[in-house]
Parts: sequence; C-alpha cells; structure tokens
Amino acid sequence: MTRAGPDPAAQSDVRGAQSDLSAAQSDAEAAQGPIAASDASGSSGSTGSSGASPTSGTSGASGASGTSGAPPGGRGAHLAERVLAGDRRSLARLLTEIEDRTSVAEAALRTLYPVSGRAHLVGITGAPGAGKSTLVAALARAVRSTGRPAAVLAIDPSSPITGGALLGDRIRMQEHAGDRDVFIRSMASRGHAGGLAAASVDAAAALDAAGFPVVFLETVGAGQSEVEVASIADTTVVVEAPEMGDEVQAIKAGLLEVADIVVVTKGDRPGAQRTAAQLRGMLTVGASDEAEAVRRAEARGRRRPKRPQVMLVTAPTGDGIAELLAALDRRHGERDAAALRPARLARAAAQLDAVIAERLHARLRDGRHGPAVDEMLRAMADHEIDPYAAADRVLAQLEEWPAG
Amino acid sequence: MTPEARAGVETGASAPASESERLGRSATERSLEEREHWRETTRARAVAEHPERREMFVTSSGIPIADVYVPGDIAALDEDRDLGRPGEYPFTRGVQPTMYRGRLWTMRQYAGFASAEQTNRRFRYLLEQGQTGLSVAFDLPTQMGYDSDAAWAEGEVGRVGVPISSLADMELLLGGIPLDRVSTSMTINATAPILLAFYVAAAERQGVPRAAVSGTVQNDILKEYIARGTYIYPPRPSMRLVTDVFEFCAAELPKWNTISISGYHMREAGATAAQELAFTLADGIAYVEAAQRRGLDVDRFAGRLSFFFAAWSELFEEVAKFRAARRMWARIMRDRFGARNPRSQMCRFHTQTAGSSLTAQAIENNVVRTTLQALAAVLGGTQSLHTNARDEALALPTEESARLALRTQQILAHEAGVTETPDPLAGSYFVESLTDELERAAQAYLDEIGALGGALAAIEAGYQQRQIQESAYRRQRAVEAGEEIVVGVNRFVDEPVPAPPIQRIDPGEEGRQVERVRRVRAERDARAWGRAMEHVRTAAAGDENVMPALIEAVHGGATLGEMSDALRAVWGEHRESVTV
Amino acid sequence: MIGAMTERRIRVLIAKPGLDGHDRGAKVLARGLRDEGFEVVYTGLRQTPEMIASAALQEDVDVVGLSILSGAHMTLVPRVCRALRDEGLGDVLVTAGGIIPDDDVPALREAGVDRVFGPGTTIGEVAEYLRANVRPRETA
Repeated sequence: MTRAGPDPAAQSDVRGAQSDLSAAQSDAEAAQGPIAASDASGSSGSTGSSGASPTSGTSGASGASGTSGAPPGGRGAHLAERVLAGDRRSLARLLTEIEDRTSVAEAALRTLYPVSGRAHLVGITGAPGAGKSTLVAALARAVRSTGRPAAVLAIDPSSPITGGALLGDRIRMQEHAGDRDVFIRSMASRGHAGGLAAASVDAAAALDAAGFPVVFLETVGAGQSEVEVASIADTTVVVEAPEMGDEVQAIKAGLLEVADIVVVTKGDRPGAQRTAAQLRGMLTVGASDEAEAVRRAEARGRRRPKRPQVMLVTAPTGDGIAELLAALDRRHGERDAAALRPARLARAAAQLDAVIAERLHARLRDGRHGPAVDEMLRAMADHEIDPYAAADRVLAQLEEWPAG
Repeated sequence: MTPEARAGVETGASAPASESERLGRSATERSLEEREHWRETTRARAVAEHPERREMFVTSSGIPIADVYVPGDIAALDEDRDLGRPGEYPFTRGVQPTMYRGRLWTMRQYAGFASAEQTNRRFRYLLEQGQTGLSVAFDLPTQMGYDSDAAWAEGEVGRVGVPISSLADMELLLGGIPLDRVSTSMTINATAPILLAFYVAAAERQGVPRAAVSGTVQNDILKEYIARGTYIYPPRPSMRLVTDVFEFCAAELPKWNTISISGYHMREAGATAAQELAFTLADGIAYVEAAQRRGLDVDRFAGRLSFFFAAWSELFEEVAKFRAARRMWARIMRDRFGARNPRSQMCRFHTQTAGSSLTAQAIENNVVRTTLQALAAVLGGTQSLHTNARDEALALPTEESARLALRTQQILAHEAGVTETPDPLAGSYFVESLTDELERAAQAYLDEIGALGGALAAIEAGYQQRQIQESAYRRQRAVEAGEEIVVGVNRFVDEPVPAPPIQRIDPGEEGRQVERVRRVRAERDARAWGRAMEHVRTAAAGDENVMPALIEAVHGGATLGEMSDALRAVWGEHRESVTV
Repeated sequence: MIGAMTERRIRVLIAKPGLDGHDRGAKVLARGLRDEGFEVVYTGLRQTPEMIASAALQEDVDVVGLSILSGAHMTLVPRVCRALRDEGLGDVLVTAGGIIPDDDVPALREAGVDRVFGPGTTIGEVAEYLRANVRPRETA
C-alpha cells in the first residue's frame, strides 16, 4: 500500500528542465490566492443527470466529503502529503478529486505542482482502432524493463446525452494488471472543452509528483478536445494503423499537425511499410517550403510546424518498441529549450485559460449572482442586448461582485 | 381511408380483367396483383376496424414479415437450382436422401460433471436410456490448458464439465464404453489437439484401431475470439493447430469429424439468426482456405467438416436459417473451392436449443421453449440434437431434468409425426421467402467480412464482436422496454416458487482430482516424458504436425497443462483487444 | 473552488474473475450502465482477485461488479472481497451477477458482497440499486 515512489535518482536528472518555469508559476500561484479562497459551495451541478451520485452534493461540489471536518485546503494538503509518500490509494483518490474539479484537488495541486514538472508527458492519439492502447501497453512494458515505473492516463469520451462513459482501455493493458509500478487510470472526457485539458494536465502533474517519470496520456484522435489534450503533452505521438484502402486516417483527422512522432502500428501487416512510406513522403517538405511555413506560422503566433519522425512498430512482438522508447527518452533528455519548451509553454497557456474559464464560470453560477445573470440571458434571448455587450457588462460586474 | 374512397377503390380494382390480360400473365404475377387487391379491400377493411398488433412484424434478424405470402413471392425460385432433392445438391432439403425416414437424428446430450468417474457413470446411464452418442463438456481449466492443480484452476475444477489433465483421467472417463461403437463429441477448442491425443491414446489402450475411432472435436478457435472467450494462443498459431488436426485426421482417423464450426456460441452471445449464419459460414471459409494453404486437397478433408447451430423459438426463421445454411455452404464449396465430392458440399450440423432463452423464473416454461426449439431443429433437418434441461439457467442439470430433456426429443421423434418426410416446410411461400431473405442478409455480412480481408482479419478488427454486442444490447433494451416479451419474466409473471433442488458439485472432488494429476507426474518415466516434451516443443517451433508429438507425450505421461505450456512458450498468449 | 463545471459520477468496475469466457452479460451491463450515466471501467476476461483489487484501487471506483457464470463463485468471489479489503477498499460496494443459486447468497453476503443480482435482473434495477447504495467517499 505504501510502497515508496520510484527511485529518486531517476527523477533528479530531469529536475533542471522545469526550473525555467518555476518562477512564472509562483507568480501565478500568488495571483490565484484570493480567487481560490472562494469556495462556491452553492454551485453543485449534480442535479438532473441520472448517473450522478446521490452523494455528489457532499463529496463533489462542496468539497465537504468524508468524515473530516477540515477545510478542503487542509484535506488537500494532507492528500498531497500521502501522494508524495507513495500512497497509491491517495493518488487514486486525488485523481478523482481532480476529475471532479474540487477544491480539495486544487489545494493538493498547490502542494504538488512545485515538485512536478520532471516527468515526460507523452500524448498518444490516433483514430479509433489504430492500436493506441496496445502501443501504450507495449511502451509501458519497455519502460518497466528499464527499471522505471510508468503511468497511463487513458481518456475515453463521455456520452454527450447521458454523461456516462465506457472505459475499456485496461483490457489491452492486462499484462500490467499485477504490477504496482504501472499505474493505469481511465478518465472520461466529460465533454467540456478546456476542462478536459485542465483535468488531464492536473492528473499528469499528480502522477508526476507521485514519482512516475513517464506519463502516457492516451486519447482518441477524434473530437477537438481530445486532440488538444494529446497535443499539449511534451511529446505527441500520433498512431496510425496500416489501412486496406489508401486513406491515411491521421490526415483525415488533421492529426499530423500535432505529431512529434508518427507511429505506424501493426508493422507485420501487409501495407504497413507502404503506409509508413506514404507518411514519410507526405511529411517531407522542401526546405524552402518549410522556411515559408515557419515564417507564416510565426507571423500568426503559432507554434512552429513540426517535422515528425515516422516509425514502424509491431506491439505484440515488441518490434520497434525499444527504438520508439529510445526516441522518446532522447527527446526528453534534450535540455535545450528548443525541444520541449514550446510544448510546455503551450501547456501552461492551456492550463491558464482553462482555470480562468473555470473560475469565471464558477462565479457566474454562484447563486447570489444568479438573478443578474438570468436577466442578462433573458435580454440576450429577446435580442435586447448583443452577446458582446452582455459579456462586457458581466465582466465589468464581476469586478464588483464579491468573490466569496 | 374513408368508406367512400374504399368503396371506390373496390369497384375500380374488382372490375373484371379482360380475357387477353388474363392470358398474358402468369399465375404468379396474378397472385401479386390479387394480393394488392386484397390489401386494398378485404385487408384494409379489417385493419380499419381492428388495427394489427404492431406497425411492423419482423424476425429476430430484422427481416420484415409480409401480411401474407403468395406464389409471386417465390416466383424466382428454381427447384433444380435452389432446392434440389434430399441428398442432392444444393442440399436445401436435407443432406440424406431419406432423412429421418431412414435414421433419426443422433440424440446427443452434452454432459460432464465434477470428475471423470462421475461423468463416466452419467454416460453409462445415458447410453442405457437410449442415447446414441456421447458429448463431453470439459471444465474451464481443461479448456484453457491448465492442470487441475494449477493456480488458475482453483475453484473451477469440475464446475462446467469434467476435468481431464492426463491420460489417466481420460481412461477413467471412457471406462467400459466401447470406443469402436460409440461416437464421442468433445466440446473443446484451444486444447482440442491435446484432448484428441488423449482420446486416441485411450482408444489405443482399449485395443481399438485408429480407423475405427469416431467422434468430433469442436476445434473451432475462430468463434472463441468472437464469442466464447476460451482461446489461449494468438489467432495465427491457433489456426495452424486447427489445420494440424485436419491433416492428421485425414491421414489417421478417417471417421473423425475434425471440426464443428459453431454459430451456437455467437447466437448465445447475442447474434441474430442472420449473423449466426453468416459468421459461421465465414469461419468455415477461413478454415477451408487455411487447409488449402497447407496443401490439403479440399475433397480429402471437407467431408469431415461439420457445423453447430443454435435453435431459437422463432420457428420459421430458424427453419429457414438451417435451409439457407445448407444451400449457401454447398455453393461455396462447389463454386468457390471446387469441391467435387458431394459429401464435401454438405452442411451437416449439430443443433443445441438456446440456453440463453431459458429463464430462471418459472423454469417449467423452459420445457416448452426447448420443445419448440427442438422442433425447429428437426424441421430444419439437423443431424444431431442436444435439448437443454429446464434448470440450466440455474445450474448444471440434475439427472431428472436431463432425462426430461432427452424425453422431449423422443416425443418429437416418435409421436409428433414430423419425421415422416424430409423438409416438410419446403414450398411454403413464407418459408421459401424467408430462406431467401436470410441468405441475402447473410451474404451481405459475408461480403463485408470479405472486404475486411476474411474472418480472421475481421475478428482482429473486432467486426463480428461489435456486431454481436450491438445485437445483444438491442435485445436487452427491447426486453426491458417490454417490446420483446419473455413469458414469466416481463409478462405473465408467476408468484415466485421455492427454487428446485439443483445439481451440486461435491467440493471434495477437486481435491481428489488434484491428487490424481500429481500422482501421474510422480509416477511417470521422467526420461520418456522429457524426450516427448522436447518433441512437442520442436514440432511447435517448426512446421511439423504437432499431433504425433502430442500423442507420444500423452503416452509418456505428459499432462494437459505441461503440453499447453510448451505451446505457450513458443507462441505466446492472446489477449482480447476489442472493447465494448 | 474550481468546480461547478463537473459533477461527481459513480464509477463502476465491471470485472470477470476466473476463467469464464462468457462476457455477454458483463458487456451488456457495462454498456447499459454507461447509458444510465455511470462511468464504467471494463477490465475484460480472466482477472485474478488481485488484478481486480488493483484495478479498483487505481480507478478509485465506488462499485465493483463481478460477473461469473462458471460456478466458481464460492471460491472466487470471497477472494475478491478479501483482496479488496487488503487494498484498503473495504468501503467499495461489491455486487455479483451471473448464475448464482439462491442458496449461495447468504455465504456470499457474509464474505462481503452487498448484493447478488439474479438472472433476468434489468439494467434499470442495477442502476437504481447502485444510485441508492453507493457510499460517500472519504477524501483520503
């Protein structure tokens, strides 16, 4: 139960990578202080949907779960301590709090964030059936064979209608079921834009702080929020299965743009070599084209377009897996900001956006402001006011509204 | 429609057609026109007064059922091409010329309990009661390649069938049963080559020559990946084992049925009749292709292929399914694989009534369900039949309930008058139409599987699994919504009665079985065993047929778990990859 | 408080202990509960009690639903309950379904099973039971 985290030596060598962010982060923390004090307990969203727990009013939204009467901050800090001590049950519980976006999670993350940032966060995405879970299982096996623990966050979509989700990725990771140093967590997307990114990055930070040097973040490469999640990892791997037809799924889904590495799975199938060659051909642009593309991207404030590497693997036999892991490790080992810094800055931006959005929403839904917001909505619905003016007014009012 | 309008239509349509018109049209065309007329008049009036029970009537496979069938519905039917005569291509009307006028179907009740001794007692009892063939159910450790003393076996030994870990167990199971006269069907798949090796060795110890041994191994690994779940090795080496059995039996066991290509478990997992039909035939195609790739001549092995279907209560659709299966398989074998021997073209099949149709509530109702299902199998021309016992939704059958299940078959055979002429429903407008419709629906699935690269590739892509899960879920929802009625469950519910006595497994049996397998290991000649096991490994790693090596190992005292482990070491284990 | 955008959902682990390969019921239930608004983790076939407990821990589920049709429930189900307690998951709701004779129910309840669902139980009944009986979680 209280097996200590993985060996500290494996972690210390990557510590340097996050130092450049830590200053910016402590600023952000200070800035969040007053807002965080607002524990909007009146805003439970648990009504309506049938799958919501009857206990959600206590454990989820208000953060008043459990028997402890301590404030969420205290309980969060306690949870963080247990996580740092290597307690897996507490880690699992913290991940639930993170998914539920509770104040307990927030408090815990305040403790854990400064000690995270060491792990290599690897996003894995691709069309359904491309072989993502099988690839992750094989990668986890390769990581384990180097003596390191591995964590997997497998994200599956929630039903937009019922809010339920069927999380089946563990099926393909059964070989690790008996291994306590492979931590697999299934997460439902819960369908909110931005929130998924926030929750998964927070969850990855928790796993990172718990001592997992590699965190695989697996999402279906369909739907924007899922792709976004994979793309804000340190390294994004796009998975493609050889197809019977000519169509490369990843292109159709627009995934190649976010790829650092493209992996063609099922390398023993006929057509795998051809798919890989096709992808390589497509991804090799002329030098002048590339310079032009970079210039245009930079002009629009975007990230530099990537020149992904294409690799071929056969997960069941392990062919190509060691090479893929070596490529991942190499990328993570590169200390120069050029390799990982853009991804980390993009992630920071996504996190900040998400948290600001969440906080704004929380305050808007605070019962005390309800009548004013409702009035605004009515006016908009009746076309008495346009949405832009309405937003300006709400934002102006928010400054006057008390935070807590 | 207003009464006036209806009257108008009536007068218009019933105006007598001129003589020349009548002469220009065939009787079938006329039947279609007359049906239209009937729809607009007689039927329309009736429906206006009393609407039909449902908007639409459909079969389990979603095939719409018409308000009436007429000769025009089967106008395209060509007797020579589509039906033939009993015992003749395309065998729609049955694989034997005389069908049950010559010999009744084999009444084969599946049984296997707790231990080899107990099962042997049950077998002898069933043979005395008039059963004509044996059918062995194995426990899960035996099906999964674990000896009774393996860690995985704990709590599972003897639960769903008999545990067989060594030749000693097999000899106990078959003790006192003349293997040259009784045919034995073994429901075994991933470990089929090993159990066949045990059986051959036991027969040899009885002094029965290989040529006289008859029976069946299920040996259908593809449906394990699709529906039943008891696979061990990855699909490709598993297919090699299947063809090893084909090849060995073609040379050594001429009376052995090398495979029972099974739709039953897919149906039990939720497939519709059309899916059951299509996915079974697709598997059959994959096996024939594999054997041909091995270099076997189709007419040397195809005559030993057999099938296994489920029978549900929807009588007509089931009969149509069996008829369509025979017709489709005959065409596939002749036209696609070039089989010339009529026996290679015959879809011979075993049928079991639908276990998943049985209810735990009001279990007497299950006898009625089973009777209907058995009737469907008989009207569909089955070669052998297992009828489920009424208490199988609760536990393994008691001796009493198993006897009643057998009596059900005997009543059908001897009292119902359904055996006196082959394919008695042939020519029924409805049944012939439904046979065509099922064939069409199944062919559409076969085409999709073909486009995916065949049954094996489709399984790897999860195609069949997903189709079946979809159907299972739809049915569950339909039952819960009351759209599908299950008597005694969601309608016509009886007061609960105390549960009847059920078959209990003596927990002591597991210990005795574990002891026996350990004794076998302790008492064998270690050197002969070691040599034989080495042979198993080299055969598996190379191209050599594994059957002779397995039989040698069995004689050398090797256990099922040891042989399975040797193969695992070479081929690895399969993990399911398809999500819900 | 960053909440209000999401809500607590009941997390259910559906597991098949032992060698039994019949997963129709488990899959139909997994899907049915998804459609009832639950978050369902399905582990696939052939789970040892230790594997189930470890998955329950990592997934932090509220419910472990065991499906078993092989008759091995009297051995396997108590072992799962024990493994859950060994992981400190004694508060997780445990249910079992499949082919389980009435006579065995008291012993299974004694072993730690909260509810045994017989054949013919509807998805709606299971959902209702879970909503009413899932225990509030403690934070750590």
